[in-house]
Amino acid sequence: MKKQQQQSATTRFRSFKTRIARGSTKELLIEKALFVSGISSILIVFFIVAFLVKESLPALALGRVFLLGMRWSPGHNQFGILPTIISTFVVGLGALAIAAAVGIPTAVYLAEFAPPWLRNVIKPCVDLLVGIPSVILGFFGLMVFVPFIRDHFGGCGESILAGWLILSIMTLPHVISISEDAIRGVPTAYREASLALGATDLVTIRLLILPNARSGILASLILGMGNAIGETMAVLMVIGNPHIPWIPHSVLEPVRVLTSTIVLEYSYMVWGSMHQHALFAIGVVLFVIVAVLNIATTAVLRERTTTVIKGAVRG
Amino acid sequence: MKTGVIKAILCAISLISVVVLLGVVFYILMAGARVVSPGFLFRSPDYINFEEGGIFPQIVGSLYLLAVSLLFAVPLGVASGIYLAEYAPRNIVTMCTRLFVECLAGIPSVVIGLFGLTFFVYYLGFGPSVLSGGLSLGIMILPWTVRASEEAIKSVPSTYRAASLALGASKWQTIRLVVLKSAYPGMITGILLGAGKAIGEAAIVLLTTGGLATFLPHSLFDDVGSLPVYIYLVLTVIPASREIGEAYAFGASLVLIGIFLCISIFALLLRNRYIKRLRGE
Repeated sequence: MKKQQQQSATTRFRSFKTRIARGSTKELLIEKALFVSGISSILIVFFIVAFLVKESLPALALGRVFLLGMRWSPGHNQFGILPTIISTFVVGLGALAIAAAVGIPTAVYLAEFAPPWLRNVIKPCVDLLVGIPSVILGFFGLMVFVPFIRDHFGGCGESILAGWLILSIMTLPHVISISEDAIRGVPTAYREASLALGATDLVTIRLLILPNARSGILASLILGMGNAIGETMAVLMVIGNPHIPWIPHSVLEPVRVLTSTIVLEYSYMVWGSMHQHALFAIGVVLFVIVAVLNIATTAVLRERTTTVIKGAVRG
Repeated sequence: MKTGVIKAILCAISLISVVVLLGVVFYILMAGARVVSPGFLFRSPDYINFEEGGIFPQIVGSLYLLAVSLLFAVPLGVASGIYLAEYAPRNIVTMCTRLFVECLAGIPSVVIGLFGLTFFVYYLGFGPSVLSGGLSLGIMILPWTVRASEEAIKSVPSTYRAASLALGASKWQTIRLVVLKSAYPGMITGILLGAGKAIGEAAIVLLTTGGLATFLPHSLFDDVGSLPVYIYLVLTVIPASREIGEAYAFGASLVLIGIFLCISIFALLLRNRYIKRLRGE
């Protein structure tokens, strides 16, 4: 009787153990499945890079003729992208300058002065501005900015200036939100100390808060630059895209950027021709430029965290 | 005195974003309202007699593309988010994963479009189709879904987990029944913001599907219409008079911005409620 009881207890214990074991097999399987989906992003990025590079190798193999060549003329087998790269940076930097001139004061105001009700109006608008479909912004630019520039400044209207205005609208929300976070990240103790010493709000912001938030603001600008350079549809619709790209001399000239070249020419490229390889090589160049900018953003932000921690330790 | 002036200037500058947003939305609203009619919404485009045409296949096609992209990106992204937030050990693989999620988020959309064109359209032989376009869009919004789920899961208080584990629940049971249950509004917000991005994306769809189809797709391998691509093409490629092209682009923009605003405002409201709940108000 007793033995039987003991036996049943043992079997019960065994079944308990197997249940735990089975449970943990299931848990292990789930963990493995989650791990596989976790690394899917790595696989996708590798896939994208591998396919792009494979398709663009013949053009990349041209080396300097491709990267530093001055003439892009697929009909004559000339594939130099230097003017396009320069135009891309001109358009991106100008847009960034406007976005910074509007975005940084906005971030200061939102972080330091704005009454809560006003902040609750501005902040959602900034959030919505991020997502407005770029094709709609491009269309808006085409209908509003382009005629305005044509009538008041001359030229054909579709110009670098129109590209600056539209791209700055697209970059602005990124600059505002990251800069605002950076300004809010400055420890309150700094502010209190400065105010206690008799400094005014404005002096505190200029001499203490902005220098301390510097790297965060810088990061927002680099990230904004990456966005501006990778942007396609909005820019495409307002900058004119001349048939032969050139290095612009004035902001009223139409230009061609890297992204717009791909979209304009992919439809008539012959698959397997040097033209196709060159367009994919432009994709690689874009990828590299934006990746470098993103890595720079991460590096700048990391430096900020370490300096803040060091500062706290020192303080 | 001086402080007051500077504050006023800062305030004026910060209102620029509001003015720009309202300006764009109202401009499209005013011009688009003249074009949008039931006939415009429910007819197929007629590229010869523009007045006879509408944008029904484009509206439905955009929603199809969005559905395919979400079906791809949401399960994968949520699973990645759960892994990164709950399981990932602090090692080189996890660091790489985070780095590559950021990297994927930074890839310009036209580059993803080129990849979709080679890989889905030519290499896998899907052709210009719902599947090619949807999967390429899915790749674009994958980082959004990963980040949104990871952050939502991380913001669940660890006491919830401790309580569940103490009651004898296994790790997966805890995640499924406790953590996900309180994290899902945050996840949905992030996913909706990604969806708003996907519905307005033109470059990827242009490269991987046609975008001008006048019919509804019957299978995943059919060509499909898309609103943003339609707006772009109607302004540039279609040989119609400029005025008609613009009028139709305004109508399509109004519909697109309407869909986008519905998705985004719903997402922002959900986020505000969720934040309040987290603060315990």
